Amino acid sequence: MSAIELPDAEGLLAELVRKLRPQISRDTGIIGIYTGGVWIAERLHRELGIEQPMGSIDISFYRDDYAKAGLHPQVKPSNIPFDVSGRHVLVVDDVLFTGRTVRGAMNEIFDYGRPASISLVVLVDRGGRELPICAQYVGASVTVPESAMLALSRSDGGVLTLQLEKNA
Amino acid sequence: MRNPQLNARGELRHLLTIEGLPREVLVHILDTAKSFLGVTEREVKKVPLLRGKSVFNLFFEPSTRTRTTFEIAAKRLSADVVNLAISTSSQTKGETLLDTVDNLAAMHADMFVVRHASSGAPFLIARHMKPHVHVVNAGDGRHAHPTQGLLDAYTIRHYKRDFGRLSVAIVGDILHSRVARSLIHALTTLGTPDVRVIGPQTLLPAGVEKLGVSVHHDMAKGLRDADVVVMLRLQSERMRGPLLPSAAEYFKSYGLTPEKLAFAKPDAIVMHPGPMNRGVEIDSAVADGEQAVILPQVTFGIAVRMAVMSILAGTSA
Repeated sequence: MSAIELPDAEGLLAELVRKLRPQISRDTGIIGIYTGGVWIAERLHRELGIEQPMGSIDISFYRDDYAKAGLHPQVKPSNIPFDVSGRHVLVVDDVLFTGRTVRGAMNEIFDYGRPASISLVVLVDRGGRELPICAQYVGASVTVPESAMLALSRSDGGVLTLQLEKNA
Repeated sequence: MRNPQLNARGELRHLLTIEGLPREVLVHILDTAKSFLGVTEREVKKVPLLRGKSVFNLFFEPSTRTRTTFEIAAKRLSADVVNLAISTSSQTKGETLLDTVDNLAAMHADMFVVRHASSGAPFLIARHMKPHVHVVNAGDGRHAHPTQGLLDAYTIRHYKRDFGRLSVAIVGDILHSRVARSLIHALTTLGTPDVRVIGPQTLLPAGVEKLGVSVHHDMAKGLRDADVVVMLRLQSERMRGPLLPSAAEYFKSYGLTPEKLAFAKPDAIVMHPGPMNRGVEIDSAVADGEQAVILPQVTFGIAVRMAVMSILAGTSA
């Protein structure tokens, strides 16, 4: 599956930092979605010098396919250590696809409080939306076969790489 | 034969007893409970997982704490909850157990939480139900109380991390205790190397060693260097019965006082499933002391029950 040329994740991250820098204020909060989104949010949080501590969420309790697929086998604890009420929240994920994860994330965030705004930050947008959701900050748009799984991985040294896996 | 609690893929459909469940299933419940603990600290203490599902609390035996924590857990999962105290209704009119649950299933129940004085009653209901209905045992006779065993295990893991190096002492009326039995199965399955039971001969079941525990009749020996001390409730009918001389004498031998607790490790935690009999199995100085984690047990119990219900309701036949 190496026929498709995937963009360099580290390069896209640098691009996101550049796009986001003018938008950051004292009221900015950042929340990563497990797992890939948390890796990216950690980097953005550090490189953009965001004051509020970073949040991380696992949207397993908000998935719309629970009735069909059951509870995800590994749910990580969500943790948003800042008050989301009145904040401009950046929600970060690695790959934007159907939009269902983002919907779950927004539902979860609202159970913590009412943010002033939510913007979506993604490393790549692979199209295929099933809900009226779009990202405000996108590293790159890519075209991959619908059956393939596009995933982010992180090396021991912290280097991020995009990989294409055949869907199980 | 397949464990009746698991489906063909080894996923948990009913929770009836901890005995015979694979370690991974228990770890999955404990890990999931950890994630639910955070939910209960937020502004909105609810998640939508069981929205539109109906959970029936079916208590054929009185209980306040367990019923309430199941009710809160189900409500925090957004389920609709119906509480039924059956001892006061149909059963007194002669309806059989299965007729009762058939009627409730016809009201589109998705899950039954069952407490019954007869061991095995939740198994009977689980076998009888259509595949999409899930059953949680909330205590059956002297047999099992799996969510209590799991919340005890959760509490131990929370404070002591690694089961692989722990000494756990369970003190009191092991004979009549479904709590003790469920905890022993949980601890041995999770790899606890040293589980001890302490109590008078008359309150220890014959052959209890076969569960993988060591037996003690003396607190000084049994508690020595323990990391965890679990006190069991001495039920009042036992105090009057032939198995014990008197509550005062029981307290003298087996009541947990600061002096007896000193035999355990200095950082040992003290647990109790509640409700406590102060001055019978536990001294107030211990119950209210720094080593007691009895109230955190209650808080963890809600998260553990949320985990159990959300795992069961998401498992297909």
